[in-house]
Amino acid sequence: MKRSDIVQKLGFSALFACMAANIVFLGSIIFFIAARGLSSISWAFLTEAPRDAMTAGGVAPAIVGTFYLTLGAVIFALPLGLACAVYLTEYSPKGWIVNLLRISINNLAGVPSVVFGLFGLTVFVKYFGFGVSILSGSLTLGILALPVIISASQEALTAVPQSIREASLALGATQWETIRRVVLPAALPGILTGVILSVGRVAGETAPILFTAATFYMKGYPRSVFSEVMALPYHIYALMTEGSHPEQQTRIAYGSSLLLLALVLSVSLVAILIRARQRKTYNA
Amino acid sequence: MHNADHEKQVNMENLHPSLIKIQAGADTNPAGEAGVSGPGPKISARNVNFYYGSKRALNNISADFSARRVTAIIGPSGCGKSTFIRLLNRMHELVPGSRLEGEILLDGKDILSPDRDAAELRKRVGMVFQKPNPFPKSVFENIAYGLEVNGVTDKNLIEEKVVDSLKKAALWSEIKDRLKDSALGLSGGQQQRLCIARCLAVSPEVILFDEPCASLDPISTARIEELILELKKDYTIVIVTHNMQQAARVSDNTAFFLMGDLIETDRTDRIFKAPRDKRTEDYITGRFG
Amino acid sequence: MNKRKERAIKYIFTALAFSSLVFLVGIVFVLFKEALPIFTKISPKAFLLGKSWYPTSSPPEFGILPLILASLWVTLGALFICVPLGVGSALYLHELAGPRQRTLLKPVIEILASVPSIVYGFFGMVILAPFLQNTFNLPIGLCVLTTSVILGVMATPTVASIAEDALSYVPRSFREASFAVGADRWQTLTKVIIPAAGSGISTAIILGMSRAIGETMTVLMVAGGSAVIPHSLFDPVRPMTAAIAAEMGEAPVGSDHYHALFAIALILFLITFAFNIAAELISRRFRLKLGHSR
Repeated sequence: MKRSDIVQKLGFSALFACMAANIVFLGSIIFFIAARGLSSISWAFLTEAPRDAMTAGGVAPAIVGTFYLTLGAVIFALPLGLACAVYLTEYSPKGWIVNLLRISINNLAGVPSVVFGLFGLTVFVKYFGFGVSILSGSLTLGILALPVIISASQEALTAVPQSIREASLALGATQWETIRRVVLPAALPGILTGVILSVGRVAGETAPILFTAATFYMKGYPRSVFSEVMALPYHIYALMTEGSHPEQQTRIAYGSSLLLLALVLSVSLVAILIRARQRKTYNA
Repeated sequence: MHNADHEKQVNMENLHPSLIKIQAGADTNPAGEAGVSGPGPKISARNVNFYYGSKRALNNISADFSARRVTAIIGPSGCGKSTFIRLLNRMHELVPGSRLEGEILLDGKDILSPDRDAAELRKRVGMVFQKPNPFPKSVFENIAYGLEVNGVTDKNLIEEKVVDSLKKAALWSEIKDRLKDSALGLSGGQQQRLCIARCLAVSPEVILFDEPCASLDPISTARIEELILELKKDYTIVIVTHNMQQAARVSDNTAFFLMGDLIETDRTDRIFKAPRDKRTEDYITGRFG
Repeated sequence: MNKRKERAIKYIFTALAFSSLVFLVGIVFVLFKEALPIFTKISPKAFLLGKSWYPTSSPPEFGILPLILASLWVTLGALFICVPLGVGSALYLHELAGPRQRTLLKPVIEILASVPSIVYGFFGMVILAPFLQNTFNLPIGLCVLTTSVILGVMATPTVASIAEDALSYVPRSFREASFAVGADRWQTLTKVIIPAAGSGISTAIILGMSRAIGETMTVLMVAGGSAVIPHSLFDPVRPMTAAIAAEMGEAPVGSDHYHALFAIALILFLITFAFNIAAELISRRFRLKLGHSR
């Protein structure tokens, strides 16, 4: 064997090891959390409120809270993100505007999540006076979801062939009619992927809701958008850092983590599958 | 088979005036007037120059397109023929940084004046594109679309018009059972005829064909050509083609473009038998291009 | 009529499209406004270079050097994981994996990216920290090492996916030219493709760093939390994000401590902003170099 052949063999093995390490990490995270969390999960765990100073009972209020926060964030971010994507792809603004918006979207995507939390605290909780509430938390999470929705929608809109826009305009449709009736329906699956991805992202976020929405424990369920809420990710954090019964609390945290992981991963998997199918249809 | 279709088509023609009326309300130019225009020019270009950025793509083009005739535009690729035909319904406006000088007249009125709505113009001057471009919707919805965006809400009328257009486009017998299916499932030739039907549904006065058979097989091409000959009874047709035999088969008049210039325009038989310009002759006899 | 409506709709879209910019500017404004008061009490130099962070003792001390160094250490530590793993995976996907493998492996990376940071933090706390503690016989499991490993794994998907994009920009002709002069695949990869994609790969690494330094929940849970200047990989630390997240709840609104935490956030923001802009500039030059517009 030549020396260069040996080098190549070693090099390729190293690359394979790098790829394999990803699988090992993902596998061990899923394995350990599933193995130790599965025993905590039961019907009661999913449907009951915590009891006995967080050492027993279920996590139902946290599930409900995460649902509300995520829903609120999507309701806020979807119209804004979609409008932004439509503007960038359909109304072909001047070059410097595109650049400015692209840079601000990229940078917004790179802002540390705790900084979003501080922004939400200052603006929504205090300045607008929404208090620590579902509303403040949803708005904060919505800003965080915005770049995800914009880039997925942009990808979906760009994938719509120019020729069918021309077909619509040539029939005497106005630009808005073309966008609303031809382009958006054709891009819908891709936009949906973006929404799902952002749901996965938002549902797992903790830092932005630390000071804007989340509470360790509350009696019953939130009554209005101005209520504080429990949320799954924050619940895990609180169980591990507060309270006086670490052993029982860790058990519940395992269950909650498994639940959150299952939720987020299945949501992401759905998005990945939709996107894979979508790309296939466009390529065909 | 063909005869039966033809008969239906004649019947449908009785509907035509009433359908034109749908348009008239929205139009700045009463459509009825256009319907009776004689064999004079329907569209004229006057001293048209066109630029992409600073690059000049068309040089001082002047040409007339007779009503109810087929005019073919031929020339080597890159000569500006597709660029030119897209000016006739202002599709060039989609290209940022493009600029147009000169006049384009439809029934003697300038279509380019800024107060004229491009959407209104495009209802009167329809277009069929190089590659079939049906919407990712059902066959029915594809055709109904043009009517709906033009304000037709009457369900019965839309249905009538869809059937009528499909018949005119010689597609009805093939796909009358598949109106609810996705248009993307049709063959290429069927898709292109669907696009023609979609264009006919809005009752245009002029139809622009931009190399309509470029991506079709010979059999589909023959059907489209047959259709064009049929349609010229009612519509003014301009067709861009790189296929000289096609120009000879379907057109009454032919214009030859070369590198952004209109070299000559004449009756098709004369262009092909006795071109006046040496360059036209060279192109037709296959010496370049 | 029609035209007016069209124009109105366009204006609405334009206005909404600027929301990202508005939020970004809003974040900058809020950070500056809430951070600046602390600098009437303490000079920026003393704030940045001060060696003790005792915000709640009296008198309080607001020196954030321990926090900055903690962030630096864990981020650099993460690089040792995410650069080889991320770039290696990208090369594997681009160079060695067949189409079938790619369709299976790319989702693995995407899913790794979508695991919530709280789950990484929890995993680090209950599985990885005890494991490392036992394996290396450490005095404490929650330390720079554990944090670096977890952050490195978290940043790997970012590095991998951006690096893979960069590799896909390298024209096929480069590879063919290299094969044509008798180079084997490994030589082509290391001598032609990696250099050609080099600046794209550095963009990937910068964005991976940006992700690691801004990560909050994980470091809050696994870094150990002590605000002292680290001397070894096995010291517990309190990175900037962890300080903000842990202390904001206790800092009375409008107090010096409160403003100091905003000042930390401001510095953090400026660091990530600089990373992102640098990545943007490099990737633009990279694309121009390889002849891709935009």
